[in-house]
Amino acid sequence: MYSPAIIAEAVVNGLMAGAVYALIALGLTLVYGVLHIINFAHGALLTAAMFAVWVVYEAFGLDPYLAILPLTPLFFGLGYAVQRFVIGPASHGNDSNILLVTLGLSIAIENALLAGFRSDTRTLNTDYGFQVVEFGPLLLSKPRLIGFGAAILVTVLLWLLLSRTDTGKAIRAVAKEKFGASLVGIDVAHVYAVTFGLGCACLAVAACLLMPTFYVNPRIGQAFVLVAFTIVVLGGMGSIPGALLGGLFIGVVESLCGLFLGDSLGQIGIFLIFILVLLVRPTGMFGAKA
Amino acid sequence: MKNIMRPTRRSILRAGAASAAVLAMPAYLRAQSQSVKIGILQPVTGALAQDGEFGRMGAEMAIKEINDSGGLKGLGGAKLEMVFGDARSNPEAGTQEVEKMQADGVAAIVGGFASPICLAATQAAARYDLPYIVDVGVSDPIVQRGLKNTFRFAPGFGIVTGFALDNLVKLNDGAGKPAKTVVLVHEDGLFGSGLAKLMQAELPKRGFEILETIAHPTPARDMSNVALRIRSLNPDLVIPSSYYGEFVLLARTMQQQRIRPKGVYAVLNGAASNYRFVKEFTEASNGIMDCNHWYDPRNPKALELKKQVEAQGKVFAYNVPLNYSCVKLLADAINRAGSADRPKIIEALNTSTFKDHIMPYSETKFVNGQNMGAAPVNTQVQGNDIKVIFPDTFADAKPQFPVTG
Amino acid sequence: MTFRDIAPIVVLIALIAFVPAFITANTVLNFLVFTLIIALAAQGWNILGGFGGQFSFGHAAFFGTGAYAAALLQVRLGINPWVAFAIGTVVGAAVGWVIGYLSFRSGLRGSYFALVTLAFAEVLRILANAATFTGGAAGVLIKLDVRPGNFQFESRGAFFWIALALVGAVLLLTRWIERSRFGAQLVAVRENEAAAKALGVDTLRVKLGAITVSGAVTAAAGGLYAQYFLYVDANIAYGTWISVEVILAPIVGGLGTVFGPLVGAVALHGLGEITKLAAGSVPGIDLMVFGGLLVAAVAFAPAGILGLMRRSARSRGAARHA
Repeated sequence: MYSPAIIAEAVVNGLMAGAVYALIALGLTLVYGVLHIINFAHGALLTAAMFAVWVVYEAFGLDPYLAILPLTPLFFGLGYAVQRFVIGPASHGNDSNILLVTLGLSIAIENALLAGFRSDTRTLNTDYGFQVVEFGPLLLSKPRLIGFGAAILVTVLLWLLLSRTDTGKAIRAVAKEKFGASLVGIDVAHVYAVTFGLGCACLAVAACLLMPTFYVNPRIGQAFVLVAFTIVVLGGMGSIPGALLGGLFIGVVESLCGLFLGDSLGQIGIFLIFILVLLVRPTGMFGAKA
Repeated sequence: MKNIMRPTRRSILRAGAASAAVLAMPAYLRAQSQSVKIGILQPVTGALAQDGEFGRMGAEMAIKEINDSGGLKGLGGAKLEMVFGDARSNPEAGTQEVEKMQADGVAAIVGGFASPICLAATQAAARYDLPYIVDVGVSDPIVQRGLKNTFRFAPGFGIVTGFALDNLVKLNDGAGKPAKTVVLVHEDGLFGSGLAKLMQAELPKRGFEILETIAHPTPARDMSNVALRIRSLNPDLVIPSSYYGEFVLLARTMQQQRIRPKGVYAVLNGAASNYRFVKEFTEASNGIMDCNHWYDPRNPKALELKKQVEAQGKVFAYNVPLNYSCVKLLADAINRAGSADRPKIIEALNTSTFKDHIMPYSETKFVNGQNMGAAPVNTQVQGNDIKVIFPDTFADAKPQFPVTG
Repeated sequence: MTFRDIAPIVVLIALIAFVPAFITANTVLNFLVFTLIIALAAQGWNILGGFGGQFSFGHAAFFGTGAYAAALLQVRLGINPWVAFAIGTVVGAAVGWVIGYLSFRSGLRGSYFALVTLAFAEVLRILANAATFTGGAAGVLIKLDVRPGNFQFESRGAFFWIALALVGAVLLLTRWIERSRFGAQLVAVRENEAAAKALGVDTLRVKLGAITVSGAVTAAAGGLYAQYFLYVDANIAYGTWISVEVILAPIVGGLGTVFGPLVGAVALHGLGEITKLAAGSVPGIDLMVFGGLLVAAVAFAPAGILGLMRRSARSRGAARHA
């Protein structure tokens, strides 16, 4: 059996990983909540963001944390354009077509990255990559602690944006009643694109937080997609606090299952909990009753 | 003629597209003699793209070298012509490429890399008695199915684990048996799980106690729990079998968590004997041992190739010399067969005593398709470089064990 | 079913059956066999997803079960491969029923249903990868023993005809479903489940029926796959790739149509081969173009290829009448 210190550390590790998962899931849940689409290109866009972090580090020596400043608006713009000029027009508002379009995009992006960067696994070697913070008996990775704090901060900011600003109100209006919103003069296509842009902006932040401790290759986004879907459903599709709590919860479950069952079988824990939650409470732990 | 060719060759190498060599040659040179087509099958897209790319590079270098030095001697200087197929990291695409190569009239196929691809591709080639040289594909059933066309130049699972275990004992005994307890970390795919199973059966017989066997998926999002368990178990030895990304994560986390076992003894690890890893994570990689496919560090040709590859800013991974050697092996067989006739090539491979490879192997000798001369080596990261520590005939350094003293 | 329902299917299958007589190139035959296996799996998905409107993202659960059952029954228990294949299909149906029963009874639909099926497939994948009975990560290798009694053939043509016969049978089955009372109820569930219920349709029973048939058909495709490639591992059998393939083909071909999955599978795989031919030596370019063309195809043919053909036929017809 493991000592309490080890278990405590596993829980903290889970929370730190979970916060970043939450950030990735945030983009997905936002897009789902407003556009009601499952975005299959999410993973590929995350990979693209991670490569962007790597490129600005290698080319300009820009620190990954500082890279948040240019990359977030860049990916917002990219997301906006992708929804406005590709997904929106190509899908004709039809769910199954959106599925195809986002799948097609994901294949195209992933392989464009493969063609451009080749298949090598790349890492960043920052000075603080190996630093730890000692907290009693626990050795906590400094970059991951920063990631934890930043992910929560971004979630809160996004939540404030949605609840306090006019843009946020418009987004929520479109999410609730698309037709009504368009009647009162809200440009639905614009709001959709803004939402998609925000989702991509979240990915850019997540990429910046991941890169100091993680690696990137053209397929890495897929590692996070499935878990992000799980979080979105657990948290209730479209719910921002739900995504955060769901992310932290999944992080801890993964960490503890990994500790007790091994990392490979531990993945089962996530999916079993996911299935059970769906079967018992299909709207997710934190979602409103449909 | 050589002088005319030289600048072309160099500029093409720089462009990194050796496949273009055949096209870039003046037309009259191509027309000189008939060419022999050989199929190079590698997964250059999908999950295994990185390895496939290395493999292709090695094969291309060998083809180019053979063509530049007068082609196939046994066929009056005929040139080798590469027919490349992307196995897309799955067995279906591998099979489809074999069919295409067959339609293209290749004399033989080299490559495959992953075991599932090799299993499917060798079988598809067997329909046409098409000689197939497996480059990596460690799964032993590949050569145990009785396919007459299938040859594996590199060692399989059985040979590698036997070698790894023997040398581990030798290493431990040599240092006065400091290591008793072991934690196995392995990726949960075919190669990692297969190795772990063999290790679990064999290590206790050799006096080691396995504290825990930890499986992890590929790709893994997080290796901190694996590191955590290692820290709590505090083993003397960690034996990891993972792909590049995951092992880098593990080694980084172990360094960060200040986990310093007496040795990290990897088997067929994706990173432990990878120059990029050593270069980028000098401290985390130091002292790590690996039992893996490797080139012969005493072979001047191997060192020349390494220099060429590194001059292009690429990594000299084991796939490069291995595929290079496989193509040379095939060329030797075609030369001795004196024709591109498939049964003759198969016969020539069966009787091959090929020595002109750059691997740390003895003379080639195929028994039921497996090269019995093949063996892995033990490497250790020492002073920012990867050194061979076992077997002594190929070693260029002494092992440092225990690492932490 | 009337003669007019059946005739086009029979004629089409008969025509395709002559392909090996003209094209002996195994490149083409191998391509067609694999495409037919995908088409069959997609036909299974189409019954549930196309006609019933229940989008599953986890049809790998059925494909993999069929593949593993066919392989394991003959390798571990020495059962004749033909029998193993048939049992695999039945087991696939059973897995379909169980997953359907659990999810539909909880009222899961839309994205929730999609994701729960995905989770089931993942659980099966992880289990198959870890269990010793399934050979773990090493997978199962079916012994190479080419005998027709062993479901292994010397020529690719024989396998082609078997795959084609199964695809043809499911085309007929789908046509029958389309024309039957069951099919009408299924479409009613797709269009408006509440209304269907109000009209007295036992929606749970209808959906369960659909997922069971769907599971059986996709499992049959899995069994064929195992028998053709003689090797199965967890990532092949239960991997997300097949779940995606079976969704793509019907949507591209024409969702909820009899021929949609077949047309879609041929179009997608044909496109894949063409982009591969056209690509240069830089890896990824071909698939990048493939992805781009997929987006473009949706943009210009939102109702699938069959929808596009129908639309153009209609507009041509309209022009003539004008």
